[in-house]
Amino acid sequence: MIFDFFAKLTGSEILASIISALLPLFLFILPFALIAVLLERKVSAHMQDRLGPMRVGYHGLLQTIADILKLIQKEDIVADSNDKTLFNIAPLLVFAGSYAAFAAIPFTSSYIGSNINLGLFFIIGISGIVVIGILMAGWASNNKYTLLGAMRCVAQMISFEIPTLMVVVTILMVTGTLNLNELTEIQSGFFWNWMIFGGAVPGIAKILLIPFMIIAFGVIYISTLAEVNRTPFDIPEAESELVSGYHTEYSGMKFAMFYLAEYANMFAVSAIVVILFFGGYQSPVGYLGNSIGLHWLIPIEQLFWFTFKGVGFVLLQMWLRWTLPRLRVDQLMAVCWKYLIPIAFVNLLIVGLITLI
Amino acid sequence: MTDKEIFEILKEKFGEAIIEFVEAQAGENYIKINPLEIDKVCAFLFSDTNLHFDSLVNLSGVDDANGEKKTEEDGSFEYIGGTLSVFYHLESTDKRHKITLGTTVEKDQPDVVSVTDVWAHANWHEREAFDLLGINFLNHPDLRRILMPYDWDAGHPLRKDYKDPEYYQGMKVPY
Amino acid sequence: MALNTEEMTLNMGPQHPSTHGVLRLELRLDGEFIVDVKSHIGYLHRCFEKHAEAMTYPQVVPYTDRMDYLASMYNEFGYALTVEKLLGLEIPERVEFIRVIMGELQRIASHLVALGTYGADIGAVTPFLFCFRDREKILSLFEMTSGARLLYNYIWVGGVARDLPPDFLRLTKEFVEYFKPKIKELNDLLSFNKIFIDRTANIGILPKDVAVNYGITGPMLRASGMKWDLRKDDTYSVYNKFDFDIPVGDGRMGTVGDSWDRYYVRILEMEQSLRIIEQAVEQIPDGDVSSAIPRRIKPPVGQVYGRVENPRGELGYFIVSDGSVNPKRIKVRGPSFVNLAIFGELCKGHMIADVIAILGSIDIVLGEVDR
Repeated sequence: MIFDFFAKLTGSEILASIISALLPLFLFILPFALIAVLLERKVSAHMQDRLGPMRVGYHGLLQTIADILKLIQKEDIVADSNDKTLFNIAPLLVFAGSYAAFAAIPFTSSYIGSNINLGLFFIIGISGIVVIGILMAGWASNNKYTLLGAMRCVAQMISFEIPTLMVVVTILMVTGTLNLNELTEIQSGFFWNWMIFGGAVPGIAKILLIPFMIIAFGVIYISTLAEVNRTPFDIPEAESELVSGYHTEYSGMKFAMFYLAEYANMFAVSAIVVILFFGGYQSPVGYLGNSIGLHWLIPIEQLFWFTFKGVGFVLLQMWLRWTLPRLRVDQLMAVCWKYLIPIAFVNLLIVGLITLI
Repeated sequence: MTDKEIFEILKEKFGEAIIEFVEAQAGENYIKINPLEIDKVCAFLFSDTNLHFDSLVNLSGVDDANGEKKTEEDGSFEYIGGTLSVFYHLESTDKRHKITLGTTVEKDQPDVVSVTDVWAHANWHEREAFDLLGINFLNHPDLRRILMPYDWDAGHPLRKDYKDPEYYQGMKVPY
Repeated sequence: MALNTEEMTLNMGPQHPSTHGVLRLELRLDGEFIVDVKSHIGYLHRCFEKHAEAMTYPQVVPYTDRMDYLASMYNEFGYALTVEKLLGLEIPERVEFIRVIMGELQRIASHLVALGTYGADIGAVTPFLFCFRDREKILSLFEMTSGARLLYNYIWVGGVARDLPPDFLRLTKEFVEYFKPKIKELNDLLSFNKIFIDRTANIGILPKDVAVNYGITGPMLRASGMKWDLRKDDTYSVYNKFDFDIPVGDGRMGTVGDSWDRYYVRILEMEQSLRIIEQAVEQIPDGDVSSAIPRRIKPPVGQVYGRVENPRGELGYFIVSDGSVNPKRIKVRGPSFVNLAIFGELCKGHMIADVIAILGSIDIVLGEVDR
């Protein structure tokens, strides 16, 4: 484990935990956000019959870095009528909330920022901070558009946590653990041990679970999509109605923080879906390191598979975004309360019955 | 139905309010109507089952530029007196006939009765005629400027003798 | 406990991304619901009508381009037709055919912008770019004919500026063949998308009689179920030589006259325009395109109202001549101006997101609203 390594290196457990908690930020989230922004622009461009950024670096590879440089240099505008304290705290809260979720996500079997037993619970709890941050941003900006955007966003995120939680409970009933590392270990072996294929449950129950697991996956994917405000649920920042929702008034690095948080969130929810249903960092076909006897290779392979699956779902999110129109706010709520929650609930009951077999 | 026949019908019904049938040298003829009776004539044209002019196609104000021209030394000029006109192009979408009505008012007292009650379409067109030519539509529900700024106080730009103001809200106008 | 609630006034525009230009909407809101909408126009007022009074008749043509800048060809078409009506000019048949081809290509180009931006308003950005990709092809055809991509100054009083380039007819045929499957692509991607239908069906319903009373014309009137198209009902140029249908809204996804109908009528109209172009390209006669252009235009005293079916509706020019080389008054009856007037009525009781959906379905061009 990385934590033990740092503990030995520094001789202090506190220092070690700080370092290992910060690692994913610098090793993963920031680089990922940089790449994801570029990826989004390139993917959308190619879907739309155009090229996207081409000027900075080979095929615009350095575009995001140029953007960041621009954002750093920009003036930090705080309007007179803004509530300055809240206005300044809000981006930090949003960023911290979405970053904190990564602390409990196991990237490989040997690296997890904080291996807590209530990992899944922690992630869902900590994402509540994001909601507060967004409401703060919308209110403190003292702008009607941001307020409307924030209100929509909060209503949406809170509503969609319910189906998410129900699916999480469904998984909890089958696996009996909230520890994400354990959850992943349960799904080890080949891909038919993934939860989407009924998990490592023995006997007839496994076959019976498969359709309900697929339904559960559908529900959680749709609701996580709504929680990170992606199309077709990007109502809080609907640029054709609310200009850009709760972060309309932000500029410079504060805007960049919202932006980074958005992309970090995209990966965070994809990671949760991957861990819950697609075996987390487990390889679908076994490890090369095992077959050729190089055991140090396994964590690297695991990181590869985790990133591969996570980015796959991020790409799916992008694909949806550039294909679908946007729902209206009441239709969005209807999707949640009229369809997703009843489906998730019935699904929960049935899976509960199956696990009794 | 031809416009001549419609003129006869209107003349019989409204008498004095229908002033004359104007035959133009080129283009279209029109029926000239008293500006203070135009709403009644239009309401009749709209509701009569044989005529049934359900659609106001266009409403335009015109500065007739016919007053006494007084030229200043710097080349600018002004019309003393003169008239403004309003033209109504009507059409019936089921009877398939068209007609043009016209009405003329003195510039000093440019009062025309609004036909917004008959055709909602007239609302913005009348506001435009008020804004650009200063024709005052009586009984109009919402007679404000529409294309020019609400606080434009230098007159009505489409009049032939309109002069740009020097300043608007402290900004220099001629450039 | 009674909560103290109050209405909120939200200013949308004049720099808002979805008002399609510089339109300012003053929304009175009860939560997300619209109580009242007032539209404030005039931010793009360039005094076209005042300018025209200082121009000679041919000099007005480039100014008409700049009103409805997405349908410049049709603005020139209407102006030329009206002045010709005032003068009583006979136009060579080839010119009429060229005008019709240009007009219908322009109709497709304009509808593509309308449909694409409408998709973008609803949140689907990709159809917008697909539409612009196809529109570029039409603009290239215009460019090789007139030398300009947006403001053409091509259709003149009495003729057109220059004859068609030699390749034009072949490329137009190629475009028609290219474009037919693209309509299906747009249908698959946007028109029959469930979310898109949910957002637009039953939104902003405009009944037929109200539409006529408000003077609504064009696709908006036809979506309300009224078969009214000046190309057939008050035919001009050579439109009577072609075989085409007038699509009307049938309330397939909701109620007749809703936003989805207004959207879909435009798709159907593009198909009919393709039919007209196909026939016109086949039948176009030879001839001199500039023989009827008058050297000096000095119409007699009189007045005339000429009108054409612009992509957005009835574009009318009311010209008063005092017998000199300058028009005494040109009044433009712009379809966007007229169609926008009903906007507030359509929005009442809907939500903020629907305001955008309704405004997009009206398809206004602010250059023409404000002139």
